This record gives sequence, C-alpha cells and structure tokens, in this order.
Amino acid sequence: MSKKILIADDEQNIVISIEFLLRREGFEVLVAGDGEDALAKVRAERPDLVLLDVMMPKMNGFDVCQALRADPDLSATRILMLTAKGRDTEVSKGLGLGADGYMTKPFSTKELLAEVRKLLGM
Amino acid sequence: MKTARKPVLAATAVCLFLLAVVAATAALMLAGEADGSGGGRTPEERIVALVVLTLAACAVSCWMIFRLYALYVSAPLRMAEELAATLAHGSLRVNAHGAGELQVLGQAANQLLALHEARENDVAERVREARASLEEERSRLAALMADLSQSVVVCNLDGRVLLYNQRAKQELSAGEDGSNAELLGLGRSIYTVFDRALIGHALERLQQASQERAEGDSKQLVGSAQFVTATRAGRLLRAHMSPVLGGNGPHQAQVGGLSITGFVLVLEDVTSTNERHARRDALIQALIEGGRGPLGSIRAAGEMLSDFSDMPSQQRDRFLRVIRDEAAVLSLQFEKAASAFSNDLRERWLLEEILGGELLLVAARRIAERRTSERRALAVKTEDVDDDLWLRVDTFGLLQALRYLALRLQDEYEVREVRLSLTRSGQLAQFDLSWLGTFMNNETAMSWLQDPMTTAGESLPLSVLDVIERCNGEIWFQRERVSHRAFFRTMLPAAEPPKDLPRAIVAAGEGERPEFYDFDIFGWSAASHELDDRSLVELSYTVFDTETTGLQPSQGDEIIQIGATRIVNRRLLRHECFDQLIDPRCRLSQQSIEVHGITRELLVGQPFIDSVLPKFHAFCADTVLVGHNAAFDMRFLQLKEKQTGVRFEQPVLDTLLLSAILHPNQTSHRLEAIAERLGVSVFGRHTALGDAIVTGEVFLKMLPLLAEMGIRTLRQAREASQRTYHARLKY
Repeated sequence: MSKKILIADDEQNIVISIEFLLRREGFEVLVAGDGEDALAKVRAERPDLVLLDVMMPKMNGFDVCQALRADPDLSATRILMLTAKGRDTEVSKGLGLGADGYMTKPFSTKELLAEVRKLLGM
Repeated sequence: MKTARKPVLAATAVCLFLLAVVAATAALMLAGEADGSGGGRTPEERIVALVVLTLAACAVSCWMIFRLYALYVSAPLRMAEELAATLAHGSLRVNAHGAGELQVLGQAANQLLALHEARENDVAERVREARASLEEERSRLAALMADLSQSVVVCNLDGRVLLYNQRAKQELSAGEDGSNAELLGLGRSIYTVFDRALIGHALERLQQASQERAEGDSKQLVGSAQFVTATRAGRLLRAHMSPVLGGNGPHQAQVGGLSITGFVLVLEDVTSTNERHARRDALIQALIEGGRGPLGSIRAAGEMLSDFSDMPSQQRDRFLRVIRDEAAVLSLQFEKAASAFSNDLRERWLLEEILGGELLLVAARRIAERRTSERRALAVKTEDVDDDLWLRVDTFGLLQALRYLALRLQDEYEVREVRLSLTRSGQLAQFDLSWLGTFMNNETAMSWLQDPMTTAGESLPLSVLDVIERCNGEIWFQRERVSHRAFFRTMLPAAEPPKDLPRAIVAAGEGERPEFYDFDIFGWSAASHELDDRSLVELSYTVFDTETTGLQPSQGDEIIQIGATRIVNRRLLRHECFDQLIDPRCRLSQQSIEVHGITRELLVGQPFIDSVLPKFHAFCADTVLVGHNAAFDMRFLQLKEKQTGVRFEQPVLDTLLLSAILHPNQTSHRLEAIAERLGVSVFGRHTALGDAIVTGEVFLKMLPLLAEMGIRTLRQAREASQRTYHARLKY
C-alpha cells in the first residue's frame, strides 16, 4: 500500500511541483489550501506525512502542528514543516511544537524527497 | 645719650628726690632744736623755705619721670600698635620712636617686615601664575568642548551638573513640545533630563567594571558604560558614560582602591541613525523573506522540468507558467527594494556649506585624477571663480556628478580639456562645466543626466539630476555655436557663509569666569535635603521677577512676563535665563503699559500661563527662590496653583526684607535704592529679566554683609527676615 502524504500550502505554484513530484514517486497525495482544511483532512484521511507550510490563511502551520500533536490518535502522523522564513528561532519553534523535520524555501526537490523518505522510514 | 648713663640718670633722679625729702625733714628737725639759739630766721620762714625747696625737688623729679616714661613706656606701645597695623597692610613700616635702642629694635622689625612682604609678594605672584595657567587650560578645554559635535555633560555622583557644552544645552534643554525648557544647567540635577534609574544602573555597571578590573589588575583605569535613551523631546541618544576619578573630596565612591567623584556623559543623537538602521534592516528582511517563496516555487518547477522531461506538454506549460509568474513577483520585489535603498541613500547625504572656490579646486583635482585604465588624464582649467561664494551642497555627490560627466565626455567624445567656472548670478551660483569642440545632441545630454552614474569600476544608483535636485539646483545642457563651446550649466542657490556654533563658553566677558564652568561645586552634595541648615553661600538660587497687568492678583490681574536667572556658587549665571512673555487673556491697562512697556501686540501669540508655569517650575527645581518684594510675585504664583497644578514650595528669600535687616535705619528699600547703596549698576529695569538680574547682583552683595551679622544659614536668613517682616508690619 502506498504511503499517503498531505501537502498543506496556500502557494499554488509550489504545490504544483511538489504534488507532481510525489505522485511521480508513487505516493498518494492530498492537498489542503489553508490551516483548517489541513487539520480536517488529517483527521479524515489519516495521512502518514504532512508537509506543512507555516504561513497559511485561517490557521498557521504552528497552530496546526500543535493541534495535531495534542491528539494522541494522530501521534503516528509525521510532520515536515516548510517555511519561507528561515530564522533560527522559527525552526526551533517548529521542532519544539513537535514537527519531525524542517525545510526552508527554496529547497531542492531531491532533498525534499530524501527527507520525505527518511521520515516515512523508506 | 649713652645707654650707660641712663640708669645713672634714673638713679640720680630718684636720689635727688629722696635727698630732697630727707633734707627737708632734717631741716625741719634742726630748726626745732635750734629754736632758742636764734638762727636769725623764724620757724615760719624756715617752713616756707622748706616747702619751696620740696616743691622744687618734686617738680624736678616729676619732670624726670615723665621724660623717662615718654622714652621707655609710650614709645614701645606706639611701636607695638604700628607693628600690629602691618598685619593688615604688609607695606606699612614701624617708625622710629623714643630712645635709641628702641629705634634699633624698630629697624630690626622693619627688616623683618620687608623680608616678609617680599615673600608674600612672591607667593602672590606664584598664585597668579598658577591661576593664569589654570584659566588657560580651562579656556582650552572650553574651546575644545565647544567644537565637539557630541554633547558633553559632567556630573558629580549626586547627578548635579558641573559642566556642559553648548551642544548639550541645545540637545538636552528642549522640553516635550520641542521648545527650550532650560532643563540643563549648572548645579541642576541631570535627572530632570534622564531617568534616575537609567543613570544609576550605568553607574553601577561602571563601578562593577572598575571593581573587577581593580581586583585583577590593581590601579587599572576604570571602564565606561553605554546606554541609549530618549530625551523629553523624543530624540534618541546614545550615551557613553565614563567616571571622573578624583582626589579625597568628601563626596566620592571608593571602587577597588580608586575614588570616583562623578561621571562624564558623552551623548550622540542617534535618532536618525537608528531610524535608518531599522529601515534598512526591514528592507533586507523583506527582501530575504519575500524572496524565499517565489524562489522556492521557481526552483521546484525548474527541477521538475529538467528531472522529468517526459512529462506531457500540458504539464510542462504549467511549470513554465509558474516560473514566469514567480520570476515576475521576484522582480517586482527587487525593484521595490532597490528604490527604497536609493531613497535611503539620498537621505543619508547631508548638505554642507562649502566655499565655492574650494569645491571647484577639489572638483578639478578629482576630474584630473588619472584612471588606471586611462592613457592620458583629462586637463581641467578653472576660470572666473568667485572667491566669496558659498554653496550649500552635497559635496560628495556633486563631485561624483562632475567627474562622471567629464569622464564621459572624454570617453565618448574624446574631449581633452574641460573648464570649470563659478560666478554669482543674483541669489544663485552659476556653475559651468564647459568644453570646446564636439558636442552631443540634447537627447544624449539628457540621458547622461538621467542615467545612474556609472564610471569605470564605480557605480551609484543616483543620477546627476538626483544629485542636483538634492542640492535644490537645476542643471541643463547648452551650446554656443559661435564660440564652439558647450556646457553643462548648474544653477545652485548661493548660501550664507556658515555661522560658527555659538561659542558662549569662550565668549564670556573678559576677566569674567566663563559661566558654563564650575568645577568648584564638585564637592557639593544634595544628600542633605534639609536646606535650612545649609550655608547661604553654597545654595543655588533662582532670582526671579514678574511683570503683571496690575497690582491686584485677586482682582484678576495677571502675570505677563516672567524673568529669572540663577545663582550657583555665588555666581550669577547670565547664560541660564528664563525669559518668557505670557498672554494674560485679559486687557492691559494703559497705566501698566507705562510701567513695563509691554504692549498688547507683543503678547499676541505668546503662550498662556498654564503652559509657562510648569516650565518655570522645572527651571526653579532644587533652588531657593529670591525676589525683590517676593511676596507680591509669590501671591500671583500661588493664585495659579489650582489652575496649573504647579506648586512653588521652595524656600523664598526677599531682598527687600534682607535690606531691612542690613540697613534698618534707611528709609527706602526700593530695588534702585538698595542697588545704589550696594554699588550695583542698574540697567534694563522693568523688564522681568532685567530686574531679576539686578536683584541677583544685589543679593550677592548682601551675602557677605549678612555673614558679618552672623546670618550664615538659610534658617538664620529666614528667621531674621521673619522678625523684620513682623517689625515692619507693626509700623
């Protein structure tokens, strides 16, 4: 069974590439356009991994991350945060809130893929 | 008369006297015995003879004794008095009196006096020299401080200001609304300007730093502390604090074997610097963070396109569109950042006054500088240079612009020589860069002026037009076909020759101690807030006077002018004045106008009492108020307490009452009369400030006279005033 990945990002232009890449690599891909949508899709679809953008409308990535980690049923869901701000303080905040990995835009798609595989234990 | 004969003479005198007495007695006895023998004289005759004889002997003895007294008793007494007088006046001498040996003693004393006087003169001379060199050092320091672009304030450990420069006064005296509130002054607390806790904390750090250093390396110089703070007027200052190390005065802190008696604050206005830094930081931050998203999208899309070249064309188009759109977003961001940066650069360039001729010479030198890649330098000539023309320009930018234009002429039109000229044209300065021979058309010239200035290796995001615009000038290209000359003509506003910063420190009157200075109050402490027992001479005073619309404050008369000056360490500080007209919001009677000469027109637009009194109150902080007939002025101030919320609770001294203490038998205690009695010249009376200054001078003259009467402390002065006041009331 292929792994399920949720991309939560409001930037359509980056979603296009990531979605394309992950599908080509054989993952099942879901997309959410804002924080609330992301939270709902995680609860409904139980993806194995969430690629979580920080700056999103309605609910930002940190809050989504915190909400996910507060739910014991979702403890198996891996979280990889993607951000357009590269400040150290932000990285440590994300990891402190329970994210499993952190990538700063612009990133290389190869590295992203490697990180995704690592987090999914593949 | 020989010395040896004196005792003989004295002895003889006494012997004669005794002999006379004895002889007289013997004669009496003999006369008695020979009564019967018949000596031929009657006893009465004998007695008469004896009495005559005795009287004569007595007279001789008395004369002798008086003579001796004059020679040996009163002469030395007179000499002693004369000697005592020399204590007061070293040039006096003892005169020769009485006997020769006393005269010898007098000569010896005179020799001693001469020696003493010579020594005293010597000491006085040395003191004068020392004072002169001290004065010289002081004025050197004053000149140095006056020229500093930073503010400098020196305080003692209690935060009392001992010294400051003009710049500090300008920067720190401004109140909240930006007007001059005279917050800074000698002997005043620095805490009216800065937060006490802030200074306290910096002092602590300073002491700590010195402690640490002193422990490690004994007798090392103490470090300094820095802090940034805001003034009342909202300016941001960076303060650099260093300690004043001192001797063994009474007010000091011991830190690691070193004593600190005060501190120096060097202040720099960083408001604009900070704003600029903040703006630039925000700019860079926005550029970085705003760029990440689009760049991420472009990179991912690019990688997809190259990694999966087998994708369908529809998919490929989507990726290409992503790249195109995101690249456009990114470009826009860069444009925005670039223009913001260019604005920032524009602001950073300050205009400065420069003598036109000087600018021309520098420009000529800069243009003629050979570039490394250049085969031949460009020749530059200056002509028609007006030597007295001042410009206010961005010198650096203007030099860049001239060099840029000249080099472009050389590069693109092979011009070999350019000429620079500077002439006055009314209120404008006409500045020409001209050359002979080839010239461009108008469009090319315009593009030269509009392009960002780029010369080999150097590039500025500004155009020549930008620079000229910033200098409030205009530039254009023009040619004269007849003479085959072409030129770039720049018209700039001519500037006033720059005025020096007010050099009030060194400009203080000749022989007068500059008033910005007062090192003597170093040992002055505010620790004792019980002013009553403080000596009158060590207190600080605010001498003030008011002009009013009339004499009845309770009937609606109002203050229309307050003038005040301060006395610190027995000196009147004429540079630290408070002089303010006030709009009374009521009519001025003709009668009052005749007294003070202040007309309605003068008061239009002046502040109201509500805003003036708080400032005056701040001016008086920590001082004793002094006024002539102060009760009158205080009454006016008191009636405004409710309205303005300002209470004047300072101790008050009244020169009228003090005069009555000093000269109880005089009939007039008007200010002019007192001034005349005490030798104070009166000027500018019936302006509040003029009267305040006269009052201050009078008060200063009174201090030593009061001291002679045993009135030395504020308490004594107040009590004496009170007694006099009651005494006057009774009359």
